[in-house]
Amino acid sequence: MTEIAQYNFAYLDEQTKRMIRRAILKAIAIPGYQVPFASREMPMPYGWGTGGVQVTASVIGPDDVLKVIDQGADDTTNAVSIRAFFQKVANVAVTTHTGDATIIQTRHRIPEERLKAGQVLVYQVPIPEPLRFLEPRETETRKMHALEEYGLMHVKLYEDIAQHGHIATTFAYPVKVEGRYVMDPSPTPKFDNPKMHMSAALQLFGAGREKRIYAIPPHTRVESLDFEDHPFEVQRFADPCALCGGTDVYLDEVILDDRGGRMFVCSDTDHCEGRRAEGHRGHLAGEAVGA
Amino acid sequence: MYVAVKGGEAAIRNAHTLLADRRRGARDVPALTLEQIAEQLALAVDRVMAEGSLYDTGLAALAVKQARGDMIEAIFLLRAYRTTLPRFGYTRTIDTAAMLVERRISATYKDLPGGQLLGPTFDYTHRLLDPELAEDQEPAAPEARAADHEAMPRVSEILAQEGLIEEDGSLPEEREPGDITREPPEFPMQRDLRLQALSRGDEGFLLALGYSTQRGFGRNHPFAGEIRIGEVEVEIDVPELGFPVPLGRIRVTECQMVNQFKGSMKVPPQFTRGYGLVFGQSERKAMAMALCDRALRAGELGEDITAPAQDEEFVISHSDNVQATGFVEHLKLPHYVDFQAELGLVRQMRREYEERRAGAATERREAAE
Repeated sequence: MTEIAQYNFAYLDEQTKRMIRRAILKAIAIPGYQVPFASREMPMPYGWGTGGVQVTASVIGPDDVLKVIDQGADDTTNAVSIRAFFQKVANVAVTTHTGDATIIQTRHRIPEERLKAGQVLVYQVPIPEPLRFLEPRETETRKMHALEEYGLMHVKLYEDIAQHGHIATTFAYPVKVEGRYVMDPSPTPKFDNPKMHMSAALQLFGAGREKRIYAIPPHTRVESLDFEDHPFEVQRFADPCALCGGTDVYLDEVILDDRGGRMFVCSDTDHCEGRRAEGHRGHLAGEAVGA
Repeated sequence: MYVAVKGGEAAIRNAHTLLADRRRGARDVPALTLEQIAEQLALAVDRVMAEGSLYDTGLAALAVKQARGDMIEAIFLLRAYRTTLPRFGYTRTIDTAAMLVERRISATYKDLPGGQLLGPTFDYTHRLLDPELAEDQEPAAPEARAADHEAMPRVSEILAQEGLIEEDGSLPEEREPGDITREPPEFPMQRDLRLQALSRGDEGFLLALGYSTQRGFGRNHPFAGEIRIGEVEVEIDVPELGFPVPLGRIRVTECQMVNQFKGSMKVPPQFTRGYGLVFGQSERKAMAMALCDRALRAGELGEDITAPAQDEEFVISHSDNVQATGFVEHLKLPHYVDFQAELGLVRQMRREYEERRAGAATERREAAE
């Protein structure tokens, strides 16, 4: 362990943590507003969760219990890597159980289990600016936020409806926070958007490469953008989870063979395992138990 | 089957063990020493120091070795180390006029005080592969002479005596130089911050942008006023002592580009400047940086901004290769949750398309009957 003795608790030095905590406090004070911060180079690449890692490193303490998921799963490679990083540099307890975690760092999903007061959900964000693909310039988009000028976004959603009959955004679906800022929820499927609304947990978003932090404090209104005659809808799946039989969950499609065979399983592995432990069974549960 | 789509700790561990094995290569070949890398691959080490923004040949050599010669990976390794270092203070501005020059050329004057000095350059070599280098051939001893103490004023200063070139940029009294590694960038940027970003920017990216200005995308009529490479003293003020203390010497490459400017109602016609400064020996980078710096001053000089190289947000936001490689390569990470969402949408849209087509076919048939 001598080689890590040179690093501070949770890797970042205390000055850096203070700077990041200030940004987080400002973000909490202005829900949905993107606060610039002096993002550091981290020992993992930009785009691989450096923003989330910096936020987690700044809020984590020795008594915290950390869960890290990627695509809803605890055992995806990058989640394994980030969890191992915090075990090494902060020596904190880790868990895969959503209910036991005090801090959950995530990429692309919100756990199925309802989060509680006292929990912190840290999102890894690639492009924090919801208007970026409509206007590539930061100088312009900051102005648009300041003036609450979100017409362009509504036009985009309207054009979707005109062309396809419905809004053709399936993930990173824009939301309005507390009636003011339009915010990118990170590339979570829109299925997860309703979970952000009035959540009891604190939600923090870190974008390392783009050097932005934003937040949704507990019990904050988060509304997905829509139109009265085209209300927001989440994805629905025809089949229940093949392993646990869950229906109101987000599913991953797993290809079984080269003849079109496929099954749908929970993307949230902890939720799926919990349901199976309670005795729920999907139609392929028998075959997959060994795996 | 289900497990196959998930990674695991064992898989990561095994991959890294294999990487270490491949890095070492065949065991009957002697391992490279850091001294060999620092001495014989010095320009690779220089590039890693320049874009890693850390002047330490030993660590840069280690990074090159650890990265198996992958420059951007080595730069990343050095950056990730640099960011953990405490900041004791900021040095005084280096004085490149007082440089111990090893190379100095000007394309604007045939001769000038201090003379032209070719130094160790690839220029005018014929790019013929040298079979003798495959063996450990002792090279001829180079000609050497004692450093003379003749002043070697910068070409920009010579031009400035006649007022033919704009003033060297200077910071306003109240402004401390910024630090892009400690403050998030804001656009529009001040030139001091922009130059910092360019100095650690990717050599290939700046080269392509500089080249694009020469080909007419934001042309700025450059002359290589002067390029000099050599060692400069680095000094720091220690408040308790009341005088600057030398920390050591670093090798830098400086390029002063002299560019045209028509003048305006307020300013008489005079030459303008583009400036490049990088750690180590890298003329290509310093020159490309100077071209980009000048192009990015378009707004300040009242020129039309029409080309990519003149677009500050475009250039600076995309010049950092550690950021760029991270984000491009993050596409390797699993995206199956989002892909699933898109898959569902495409299937739905195809269903709707088929239904519309079937509906139209029925209508046509009914109309025909």
